[in-house]
Amino acid sequence: MWQAIALTLQLATLTTLILVAAGVPLAWWLARSRSWWVEPVAALVALPVVLPPTVLGFYLLVAMGPNGPLAPLLQMFGMRTLAFSFEGLLIGSVIYSLPFMVQPVRNAFQLIGDAPLEAAATLRASPLDAFFSVVAPLARGGILSGAILSFAHTVGEFGVVLMIGGNIPGETKTLSITIFDYVETMQWGAAHALSAGMLVFSFVVILLTMLIAKRTGTPQP
Amino acid sequence: MITLRMKCRSLLPAALCVGLLALAPASGHAGKVSVAVAANFTAAAQEIADGFHAKTGHTAGLSFGASGQLYTQITQGAPFDILLSADTIRPKKAEDEGWAVADTRFTYAIGKLVLWSARPGFIDEDGAVLRRGGFTHIAIANPASAPYGAAAIESLKALGLYESAAPKIAQGESIAQTFQFIASGNAELGFVALSQLTGQAAGSRWTVPENLYTPILQDAVLLMTGAGNEAAIAFFAFLKSPQAAGIIRRHGYGTSPGK
Repeated sequence: MWQAIALTLQLATLTTLILVAAGVPLAWWLARSRSWWVEPVAALVALPVVLPPTVLGFYLLVAMGPNGPLAPLLQMFGMRTLAFSFEGLLIGSVIYSLPFMVQPVRNAFQLIGDAPLEAAATLRASPLDAFFSVVAPLARGGILSGAILSFAHTVGEFGVVLMIGGNIPGETKTLSITIFDYVETMQWGAAHALSAGMLVFSFVVILLTMLIAKRTGTPQP
Repeated sequence: MITLRMKCRSLLPAALCVGLLALAPASGHAGKVSVAVAANFTAAAQEIADGFHAKTGHTAGLSFGASGQLYTQITQGAPFDILLSADTIRPKKAEDEGWAVADTRFTYAIGKLVLWSARPGFIDEDGAVLRRGGFTHIAIANPASAPYGAAAIESLKALGLYESAAPKIAQGESIAQTFQFIASGNAELGFVALSQLTGQAAGSRWTVPENLYTPILQDAVLLMTGAGNEAAIAFFAFLKSPQAAGIIRRHGYGTSPGK
């Protein structure tokens, strides 16, 4: 049980770090660009919200396998498949939680508008400087909400992990899979303990994002 | 029928009711029976439901799932008339806990374990590939919840190969998912049910000798909801008929002797 909790936290932390690094620039581009591509890309990013995790998991399973498009790349690293590995789960989790990071951050960026950036430019701030000293502080609520939601969403991830994980203790056997196993094997006591923990955790996360939204004045995701 | 059913619900002992209802002449109107079916039995159950409909006029609605999930749903009041489990434990437990009608349990199918690979020629005659190695992942169903998974572990142990195979095991939550792991090539080989390979000539396989594992008995039980349902009683009877046994065997299962 503790191994599953540790593994899940590790997966969620790494997923969140990757999503902050990749999701913030992506959200910036989606918020600022006037390219024709913005809406199609935004729709693509939002897909995991509506797609059943089984669809995503199934495609990942096929894509990560030895007959999939990633196979030549994997062979260079001496791997046959990304399924049944922590790395595979990490890729799945990043894709699965991407909209939960990008959406709130994009909203926050859009709310800032042009004025603060124009002011920064008149003060001769470089675009990068303007981003870190003007945009990031103004959008901190959105970034924080996105990070917390991504983390929580990954902790609660089930379908994708089920489809590509292979239930390997310490590698791919996460919390939600452990709960599923307990229910399957009629160990309801243990299932209750973990489920109640998840319930409280989820409540705290949602409450936290709402409080952040209230304090920073960003719209709720 | 209606009065008999009402009496069944209130007065008569359940087992007696089943007998009475089975004896009662078919009343002409088509009924409905809701059957919870273990996922591994999907294809056979569909064919049995078709045969059942053609013969009796009743309709069987099938709900598929992992035995454990189905059992959990039954204990939470799911309106199933019959449970076709993938094991013997859950029907027994359903009976012990009062969800099922006493003395109605019977073995409707006996599962057969197969070592299978999507790659032709990968698995040789007597499964020597297990000894030789040369694979990174071997897929089995979760032995804690899926009987075919437990049988796979038993077979590996009986062959003295469990220790060497253990680090390579990837578990599917169900036998269906295990099949998917192998079919997609993510696992080079794995243990699945023979019933999954009927009509599937691709790849290579070895039917595991039945003396290597405890027989995979799949039991059916009549649930309390079905005790007063004419169509449920009829389905239960049809499941025991030679016609159903023929379908079951054609789908890669054994049936109890004497059927």
